[in-house]
Amino acid sequence: MSGHEDTYTPRSSFEKWMDQRLPVMRLMHGQFVDFPTPRNLNYLWTFGGILTFCLAVQLLTGIVLAMQYVPSATEAFDSVERIRRDVNYGWLIRSIHAVGASMFFLACYIHIFRGLYYGSYKAPREVLWILGVLIYLVMMATAFLGYTLPWGQMSFWGATVITNFFSAIPVVGETVVVWLWGGYSVTGVTLNRFFSLHYLLPFVITGLVVLHIWALHVSGQNNPTGLDVKTKSDTVPMSPFAVMKDVFAMAVFTMLFAWFVFFAPDYLGHADNYVEANPLVTPPHIVPEWYFLPFYAILRAVPDKLGGVVLMISAVAILAFAPWLDTSRVRSTKYRPIYRWFFWLFLITCLALGYLGAKPAEGVYVMWARIFTFYYFAHFLLVMPIVGIIETPSSMPRSISEAVLGKGGGMGSTAAAATAPEKR
Amino acid sequence: MLKIVRMLLVAGAVAAPVAAWAAGGEEIHIARQPWSFSGITGTFDKAQLQRGYQVYKEVCATCHGMRRIAFRNLYEAGGPGFPEEGVKALAATFKVMDGPNDDGKMFERPAKPSDRFPSPYQNEKEARSIHNGAYPPDLSVMAKARGIENTSPWYQQLFWDMPRDIVMGYQEGGADYVYAVLTSYADAPSSFTMADGMNYNKAFPGYQIAMANPFAGGDGLVKYTKGADGRPGAPETVDQYSRDVTAFLMWAADPTLEQRKSMGWAVMIYLLVTSLLLFIAKKRVWASAH
Repeated sequence: MSGHEDTYTPRSSFEKWMDQRLPVMRLMHGQFVDFPTPRNLNYLWTFGGILTFCLAVQLLTGIVLAMQYVPSATEAFDSVERIRRDVNYGWLIRSIHAVGASMFFLACYIHIFRGLYYGSYKAPREVLWILGVLIYLVMMATAFLGYTLPWGQMSFWGATVITNFFSAIPVVGETVVVWLWGGYSVTGVTLNRFFSLHYLLPFVITGLVVLHIWALHVSGQNNPTGLDVKTKSDTVPMSPFAVMKDVFAMAVFTMLFAWFVFFAPDYLGHADNYVEANPLVTPPHIVPEWYFLPFYAILRAVPDKLGGVVLMISAVAILAFAPWLDTSRVRSTKYRPIYRWFFWLFLITCLALGYLGAKPAEGVYVMWARIFTFYYFAHFLLVMPIVGIIETPSSMPRSISEAVLGKGGGMGSTAAAATAPEKR
Repeated sequence: MLKIVRMLLVAGAVAAPVAAWAAGGEEIHIARQPWSFSGITGTFDKAQLQRGYQVYKEVCATCHGMRRIAFRNLYEAGGPGFPEEGVKALAATFKVMDGPNDDGKMFERPAKPSDRFPSPYQNEKEARSIHNGAYPPDLSVMAKARGIENTSPWYQQLFWDMPRDIVMGYQEGGADYVYAVLTSYADAPSSFTMADGMNYNKAFPGYQIAMANPFAGGDGLVKYTKGADGRPGAPETVDQYSRDVTAFLMWAADPTLEQRKSMGWAVMIYLLVTSLLLFIAKKRVWASAH
């Protein structure tokens, strides 16, 4: 795939037999043992592995929960309570699944911001990046569907708010939303189909992840300098180097995960979701889970219903265009002195929008939400194209080996890289 | 750049209290209480849970059900720890509907430990018809279904309150709220107009609650069991009743709390050791890369 030579030799007779019929070991060896990985990756590169771990955890805990959960309006809440009280370690499995969703998004956001900072979306990784955006979208859908399942007040009203977006579509909106609901409002019929889709989508995510890793292995990983891999001394074999680093990072991440599961399992949730769903009583503040808050803020910043929905969806979709919006010839923000400020401003914007998403859409909060929404889009539509053109990058090392081992180290001082710019 | 950041911080600091004022009400401030079960090393006080159950049974159970708690939970580990025989006898004093029998009829029988607490009303409509349209909610998960609002400025919330709450494992917002409501009944100030049938409560959103003060009888309403010294196990005051019943409600909402926290410690220590070992292994492996 990424052109490194195949060094796999089957040892046992079973391995030889399998290699002739279905060369899985050869594939695994080539892609995950022998695979050349840049030697200068920092810990931000461990989040891909962490995300795969999160996906596996969600799948396992989710499948077990589905054995006890009942997707009916009258029984869903009680079935979750039964899991919490009467199923052996049900409380633990349920907490892992609920906290796991938050951990999944935390790792995902760190992973995305890593990509934005180091220019991992730039050629030749555009398809890799777009696959990532698709995974993110399906994750958002999966999480939304999953949150409705306990059938608490937030589940029900969150479902009502989000599904109502579809009624904003001109002409067909009302028909679409009735079709989605399976009725004229959110009911147990809606819950049942949401459960079916919630079980389905993680496997769609798994398929997209396979494609995502495939695309990654075609181009190879990016690295903090943004320079291409040129010589063998720029890389180390994935096993044991990258694998040990990934596994250590997973253990530390699991510590954070476990802290929430055991000591603050409902901290990231909302108390209102322990109140059974009641179509006749609207909660005073309807808020989604924290990972949706920035988009919720953008939605409410626009006074028009359709406008808000369009802008909210655009906020996610615009990520996919980053490879073409960013005109910089330098990948990594490490060597982009002007863009760096804007990157941090973008991060602050996302955090601020998250905070504002949790507040009522009143008074000064609306004004700030509009300011930060403006910057969010300006970052993609103005900053990325313009700064890339006017900026002079700072001086870069000539190769990865040189960046890691210092000048004169390795064979890095040869050929000029295609991506090392010569700006005067 | 720094100037812009500083400007934004100052503007934000001004914005928060202004926003609260614009939202149109004084914010209700509910204090946090010390609980034996709070924090990362918290456990339930069995004696308190037993007193809490007594308060629930004598004061609250007339109107509020707790249909997700089974009688057997009262003697199982992690809870009030009543003796099993006592619980069997207690359960037998309640009647539950069972059936159909071989004649096809539903019949009443004494409850067994495997039965859940019977609710005072058959359904919500009956409850509402007796209580002028108000519905006394089931209390099984009440301590998790409520919380208290954080009214600090945004920078304090982000950089102090939230990290502190995560590190301390603060999950007692519901308990703090329930205790506050039970102890905040007062006479309405003369400037405040009460709606018909409502009661003034300083901790309840909107200050008007349909529930009358359950402890209107004052101190001594519930008689606690006397200890070896002839004195009640705890002061028979409204404050104590409120604390005890709140602790009981917390157990009802989170019966696996003790197991969760003790397992949490074992897991954290295991993961810490594992992370250390993996770190050393990673360093050893990477040494050969230089």
